[in-house]
Amino acid sequence: MNDISKTARRYAWIVLVHLMVVVLWQFGVTFSGIPDYVMPTPEATVLSLGEDYGWVHNTFITAAEVFGGYCLAVIVGVSLALIFNWFKIIETLAMPLMISLNMIPKVALGPLFIVWFSYGVDSNILIAFSICFLPILLTMERGLKEVDPDLIDLVRILKASRWQIFMKIQLPGSLPYLFSGMKVAVVLAVAGAIVGEFIASEEGLGYLMLQVQVTLDTAAMFMAVLLITLIGVILYGLVLLLEYLIVGQNSKETSV
Amino acid sequence: MSEPFIKLSGVRKTYKTRGQEFLAVSEVTFDVNIGELISIVGPSGCGKTTVLKILAGIHSHEEGTVSIGNDTNPFDPTKDIGMVFQQPLLLKWRRILENVLLPAEILGLPLKESRERAQYLLKMVGLEGFEKKFPDELSGGMQQRTAIARALIHDPKLILMDEPFGALDALTREKMNLELLRIWKESQKTILFVTHGIQEAVFLGNRVIVLTSGPARMADNIAIDLPYPRLLEIKTHESFGSYTRHIYKHLDME
Repeated sequence: MNDISKTARRYAWIVLVHLMVVVLWQFGVTFSGIPDYVMPTPEATVLSLGEDYGWVHNTFITAAEVFGGYCLAVIVGVSLALIFNWFKIIETLAMPLMISLNMIPKVALGPLFIVWFSYGVDSNILIAFSICFLPILLTMERGLKEVDPDLIDLVRILKASRWQIFMKIQLPGSLPYLFSGMKVAVVLAVAGAIVGEFIASEEGLGYLMLQVQVTLDTAAMFMAVLLITLIGVILYGLVLLLEYLIVGQNSKETSV
Repeated sequence: MSEPFIKLSGVRKTYKTRGQEFLAVSEVTFDVNIGELISIVGPSGCGKTTVLKILAGIHSHEEGTVSIGNDTNPFDPTKDIGMVFQQPLLLKWRRILENVLLPAEILGLPLKESRERAQYLLKMVGLEGFEKKFPDELSGGMQQRTAIARALIHDPKLILMDEPFGALDALTREKMNLELLRIWKESQKTILFVTHGIQEAVFLGNRVIVLTSGPARMADNIAIDLPYPRLLEIKTHESFGSYTRHIYKHLDME
């Protein structure tokens, strides 16, 4: 009972602080006389949804790029981590390469992707993927390794098979690591998709931002940023939900 | 008198690190009868853990012979060893009961009977009612009790304990010593108990094997002639003091 009221109060504060910022923003802009094209009011920002900018379509495109790139990154990242873990020789050969790749600012690869794959949703998915798959691979790879050697001894005495060790110890033990990597990757995937749209595209929220920038419709740019953020928040929420469903109660230990 | 359950004779092992040979243990010779509780005591680096791991079949040895099992008590190296380490090594995503069941799952023992046995063992180690808890919800001492129950789940003949209470605070440790003596009596297992605590070694063991470091070798094998059940009072007993003094002499106070 006490716990519930405590949680409720915490959430009430979070909502309150956000509302206060919106109110301050509204009145601050109104009374300071800052021109609309520099700093629109929250009201103007919301009203920009009334303009014929194809909001629904562009939001859907960007969301598709983010989700597509992200899912691809999870599939490839986890698969590679498993392959590395099962075949040490591949890991020895490929891991240094992966760490070097991690050093490349993936955003800088954007123009190259456009050259290789032309522009559009597909190449933006690839840019989102390339920027967010390494954190997933690296955390999963690490998680699979984090097993106490004494515990391995304990099950080796029992002649546990490699598969038993993997299913009962390694894999469940690696999941908290994987989810911490997946959370980091959410923000990166969103950034990757937007960068792709900035470089070359003809649809999506990033594309829309560049279009309305020309006419100094700052309110619409604000709205685009809000929608991009919303895409990230929804994806993050889905990852949290998945973590709760799979890792369950244990997640309270490792979640940020 | 039947054959001893465990026979070690002239066991020696060296490790190689960066081309240098490093002597882990040597001259280890002792027998263990079925149902004994043997303490192995010595400073760090004396090879106590190595001896356990050789017995567990995880480490090889270069010289000497090791045999476990006799006619009346055949030994299966896969099914007849239960191990407890300094850390409880529980899987934190599994509930206590499921943690205890891990060896049974790996060995493919019938699930229903194993669950019943796990319940019984948790009761024996004083954790009745905690079956559904997660390890994080238990104290260090309770986690170690869980590890002991897990070591017993497949009903092994031999329990190897590697400083199992070394990470616990002094009071919990004394309490766990009493518990272990009770569990030993109730389960009638053969236990090899490695520790660096001389008092702990004498209090628990019906015999104490003393290993010394530099060079790593076996120094003594002392029968502790103190009656069971032992209570904490015996630590003030005169012969308890003379046993500990005798062991202190072996270890750099010589």
